[in-house]
Amino acid sequence: MAARTVLQQADITRALTRIAHEILESNQGSSDLILLGIPTRGVLLARRIGAILDELEPGSGTVGELDVTMYRDDLRAQPTRTPSPTRVPVGGIDGKTVVLVDDVLYSGRTIRAALDAINDLGRPRAVRLAVLVDRGHRELPIRADFVGKNLPTAVAERINVKLFETDGEDLVAISESPTSDRDGRA
Amino acid sequence: MKHLLSVRELDLATAVGILDLAEDMADVATRAVPKLATLRGRTVANLFFEDSTRTRLSFEAAAKRLGADVITFTAKGSSVSKGESLKDTAQTIAAMGIDAVVLRHPASGAARVLADSEWIDAAVVNAGDGTHEHPTQGLLDAYTMRKTLHGDASRGRSLDGLRVTIVGDILHSRVARSNVWLLQTLGASVHLVGPETLLPLGIERWPVSSGTDLDAAIAEGPDVVMMLRVQSERMRAAFFPHEREYARQWGLDDARLARLAPDTMVMHPGPMNRGLEISSAAADSARSVVLDQVTNGVSIRMAVLYLVLSGGAA
Repeated sequence: MAARTVLQQADITRALTRIAHEILESNQGSSDLILLGIPTRGVLLARRIGAILDELEPGSGTVGELDVTMYRDDLRAQPTRTPSPTRVPVGGIDGKTVVLVDDVLYSGRTIRAALDAINDLGRPRAVRLAVLVDRGHRELPIRADFVGKNLPTAVAERINVKLFETDGEDLVAISESPTSDRDGRA
Repeated sequence: MKHLLSVRELDLATAVGILDLAEDMADVATRAVPKLATLRGRTVANLFFEDSTRTRLSFEAAAKRLGADVITFTAKGSSVSKGESLKDTAQTIAAMGIDAVVLRHPASGAARVLADSEWIDAAVVNAGDGTHEHPTQGLLDAYTMRKTLHGDASRGRSLDGLRVTIVGDILHSRVARSNVWLLQTLGASVHLVGPETLLPLGIERWPVSSGTDLDAAIAEGPDVVMMLRVQSERMRAAFFPHEREYARQWGLDDARLARLAPDTMVMHPGPMNRGLEISSAAADSARSVVLDQVTNGVSIRMAVLYLVLSGGAA
């Protein structure tokens, strides 16, 4: 199975830095800003963006975790999934600008589940979406506000995001996979 | 997980996984909307052939918090009093289209019979079968111990080294059995105390120590003291001479309470016979985690229902 690297470590860092700047720009500063990462790799990316935000404007990188397992629409089509913890920053999300962070945007179903989860947590002022890779093939009317890299793909292809914290290296690769699941993740 | 029939089916990783999942479920209760739609469209049938308040309500609350529909059957006032068998009752309920059965039955092994039978293909959760097991009670007790010890840092932990003393009517207690096996899996050590007549035959083959002297057990300084209910309804013979004598020798009274270390957990699966196995002062003391047990019961049952109902073909 041939894998083609599309983003190296430096590319990922540059993309996240740009996303951090774009978030600050669109939010007109860092007030009432919360990053919610979607497990597993979305959480890691949210932490990295949060660290960059903290350097740009100290105190602005508030990061939480939002598990969407219980809100998925495909639970019955798969073996039982184990949920991850949800950790919302102290003070909640009411009236805040929430930026959802995930690694790959594909069908949009994960984000739909995340929007439902947010709905149960409170009422943010606005919800934005930041993703490292947008690979297209949306099944719902959802789009990202901040994109690291737009990557046109075929459905049969698979996007593999590796991050140092879980995989020992930073890498985004694209490969042919006869068994790729609809999430496009490993 | 297809069914939950006995805690003896759970290995360490699975047991800790259920406790961790219950942590997530407990978080749901703190949200603005403490209800999920995860099990929407699925139906849970509570089949209760034996009286119960908290277990039935707890399962009902858990199912509803996950968005499932609940139908409840209690033997009293049903066709069981006309002589209908478990098989016929189960098939009747199954014909109405249900996804999980929560079964409480006076016969030991009833949940296993239902799960192994071809009568229904729903998931079966044992909510107490005779004097055999009460798995969700064992799980919620373990969860309560872990939460009281470690608070928010509970995730991923076992109960390694915890010393638990279980006191009273061991013979008739499915709660004791589920606790013994699960606590052993989780790495805790268990000491059983009760009148000779209420310690089961063959107890030397259980992974526990046992004795008849409560004062000696308290002097050992256990981390947890779990008082069991004296199950008068199951006693078909005289197991002790008089209730006052039982309370004097094996009850957690005010004097014994005073000898416990301040951080000893006092547990009771309920319903309590105040003044018999536990004094009111002990039941209401700061050491008592009896109400935490009830609260945690809902989280544990949400976790179990999620595990048996959410997955499709594995």
